[in-house]
Amino acid sequence: MSARLDRLGLVFVATLIAAAIAVPLLSLAIPPDSPFYLPPYLVQLFGKYLCYAILAVALDLVWGYCGILSLGHGAFFALGGYAMGMYLMRQIGARGVYANPILPDFMVFLNWKELPVAWWGFNWFPYAIAMAALVPGLLALAFGWFAFRSRVTGVYLSIITQAMTFALYKEFFRNDFGFGGNNGLTDFKDLIGFSLQSASTKAALFSASAVALILAYLVSRAIIASKYGKALVAVRDAESRMRFLGYRVENYKLFVFVLSAVIAGIAGALYVPQVGIINPSEFAPANSIEAAIWVAVGGRGTLIGAALGAIAVNFAKTWFTGAFPEYWLYGLGLLFVLVTLFLPKGLLGLALKVGQPKPREVISVAAIEEGAEP
Amino acid sequence: MEGEDRRSRALAAVRALAAIALVAFSGAARADALDDTLTRFLADKFSQSEKAVGELAAEAPANAAAILEALGDNRLMIDPADHLVAVKTAAGAILNARTGTPLQGVDSAAFKKVRVNNAVRSAIEGAMGALTLANPDPERRLAAAEDIFKSRDAKAAPALKAQLAKESDPRVAAALRLAQASIVAVSGAAPAEDCLAAIATLKDRGDQDAQSLIDQIAQKATDPAVKSAAASALTTIHGRLALWGVTQNLWYGLSAASVLLLAAIGLAITFGVMGVINMAHGEMVMLGAYATYLVQILLPPSLEEWSLAFAIPAAFVVSGAVGVAIERLVIRFLYTRPLETLLATWGVSLILQQGVRSLFGASNRQVMNPRFMSGAFELGGLSITTNRLWIIVISALVFIGLQVVLRLTPFGLQMRAVTQNRRMAAAMGVSTTRVDMLAFALGSGVAGIAGVALSQIDNVSPNLGQGYIIDSFMVVVFGGVGNLWGTAFGALMIGLANKLLEPMIGAVQGQIVLLIVIILFIQRRPRGLFALRGRAVEA
Repeated sequence: MSARLDRLGLVFVATLIAAAIAVPLLSLAIPPDSPFYLPPYLVQLFGKYLCYAILAVALDLVWGYCGILSLGHGAFFALGGYAMGMYLMRQIGARGVYANPILPDFMVFLNWKELPVAWWGFNWFPYAIAMAALVPGLLALAFGWFAFRSRVTGVYLSIITQAMTFALYKEFFRNDFGFGGNNGLTDFKDLIGFSLQSASTKAALFSASAVALILAYLVSRAIIASKYGKALVAVRDAESRMRFLGYRVENYKLFVFVLSAVIAGIAGALYVPQVGIINPSEFAPANSIEAAIWVAVGGRGTLIGAALGAIAVNFAKTWFTGAFPEYWLYGLGLLFVLVTLFLPKGLLGLALKVGQPKPREVISVAAIEEGAEP
Repeated sequence: MEGEDRRSRALAAVRALAAIALVAFSGAARADALDDTLTRFLADKFSQSEKAVGELAAEAPANAAAILEALGDNRLMIDPADHLVAVKTAAGAILNARTGTPLQGVDSAAFKKVRVNNAVRSAIEGAMGALTLANPDPERRLAAAEDIFKSRDAKAAPALKAQLAKESDPRVAAALRLAQASIVAVSGAAPAEDCLAAIATLKDRGDQDAQSLIDQIAQKATDPAVKSAAASALTTIHGRLALWGVTQNLWYGLSAASVLLLAAIGLAITFGVMGVINMAHGEMVMLGAYATYLVQILLPPSLEEWSLAFAIPAAFVVSGAVGVAIERLVIRFLYTRPLETLLATWGVSLILQQGVRSLFGASNRQVMNPRFMSGAFELGGLSITTNRLWIIVISALVFIGLQVVLRLTPFGLQMRAVTQNRRMAAAMGVSTTRVDMLAFALGSGVAGIAGVALSQIDNVSPNLGQGYIIDSFMVVVFGGVGNLWGTAFGALMIGLANKLLEPMIGAVQGQIVLLIVIILFIQRRPRGLFALRGRAVEA
């Protein structure tokens, strides 16, 4: 499977590069009456899908290759989004409703006199980007260090990652917390001097997202292909055996978990300027679970499948919620049930199996002993 | 001299006779006093009217209240020419104010209203209060005294004093003393011994009101004895209030714990037996609440009071049946893949939520509280709402019932065996698939019962279950699986901690702190507080 997957990976990267070049051209260089013209709102929509795809790749890295089903990846995504949102807030400057050059509107509204320490430096773009990666990374480091060291695994780990995002969800809702409360951050004006409303900025953000997806894929693939990646898969399949063989299982898990959180944070940072808002609902546990289904639909442990799954499910969501809003939840619910029941390897797994000679079922001893996932 | 002496003796005799006559005809004398009082109204002068009001309050004839009320409403009429005072009823009939009998053959045009000004009005209010204080019914007197305690109306002071002197009912006497104390407290000009008495009375009451009244005395007092008495009384009350406050929070905690236990105990069973997390568990609770709603609609009104008795089995059956369907159709196929069960059951929860939304609409449904479950009562310094009390009772009953099932029935024995070591149980001939199905039915059915209870305190909407699911997980994870005591203990700890943290750092912050504590706790004891021990568990 690996060789075919690698070939597919090449196609995937090539397609993304083509899209990163073609989409701006179709949106900017073609007159609006041409049938090939891409209106800015579509560019923005596709850009959003690409951010979801990056999140899916991040989740696939931990779930597909290390067996950690994180139900808190939406939190890392949202934290990255908030870092970018804070930068965009500071960029508004005196153009806000209250025309305060330093304080964002909601702080003026809450009658705050000075900028909280957490907001310092966010007027500087590189700092904001660094924070978008660092904050989720550090949270994942602290969380994972505790969790993996005490061997919290399986559903227990899933549940506490969900509790983590739920706690953040509640915290960010509070006005006193200093990040805009339930309204979140919005009314952004421009990003490093480019207006967020202009078609060219939207096209540039799309291309940036495409590049980020390529990078996320390449980095993840490099890790999977390395010796470390082999050990990671071994941890997924037989954790106790790896431990008995002398591997520091928790360190393997921790590294991949932190890296995945950083990728998710960057996806969030790219997402916010494209949708124009970040609010606490991004932390909702339901969002993180939805990300898991994107990965499951596309195919766990394939990276490409995860990205494609994210794009496909979100495309379906956009179309469904427009055409039959009341049936979308039925569709999503059925997707969860049917994919887990009938497509354990996802659509890509199915596609790869077609045409392959059926391999003999190999039942590993470890799987029986540990009741681990096959 | 002698003539004068004789004359004076004669006068004395006349006076004595008159006195005898007065005693003999005291009824008549009183009536005469009422006549005199009523005559004052004929003048239609504010000063005279005010005096008359005062006399009515002091004499308290049977019809005083009616006359005062009529005066206040501009329905007291006078006919100065015929020396008549009359009460015009709301219906327009004209009654003799003195006797209350209708006046026949009078010309209503000859009457005119007795005018009132603010001074007269406030005199009327004071007089009415004093009249109720003297009411023969002790309940009415009690209510009047409590009114004065609330209004702290200084005008009622003389009436209070008079009533206190002759009061026989100890409850009313206590209320009267409290009212007196409250007047003393706000007046600030009372003598020291009155203040001391007031402080003693208020200290016995010992609530928030008493605290603020004593505070007022302390601020206005100049006498050092009063000041020190007030200070010591305040410390006592502070201590008592703090104690009641903590007790009240413990009660809230117990109440929250019972809700958590109800929501989590079904989850503990399914998670314990099968090791899979049913993300649709919250929806089982929600279905139970909707079953309650349906039962209330379908039952004839005569059975309304007993609807919960029908709703509990109905909810158990509905949720249990849906649970079995989920187990048979989905979870059964995902045994070796617990993480995917999580996703699949999440999908089921979305479908169930949307299904209920399509059937019943997204808005909240009204579920009635039966009469015996509504209202609240005071217990010492605690205020206890009846429905919360019943939920504690229901959760205790559910807990006991489940313990009985698990400990005393063959099915319970098999369930425990499968929980502890699935493969060994299978080897011993236990049909694990049957146990799984029945355990799922039981866990889901109990969730349905939780829904009946929650329908009494929460909004019945398609999102009902979502609000409880994460907390339920926390309870199960904290308490450990396969042991209902662990679940009960987990629910109790989380409920109490939540409500004790709430007044200190706020509800949301408290929940967040608790989540973090539980997350840290899992690090130390990854299998919960009451973990099963054994080789199979570590798998």
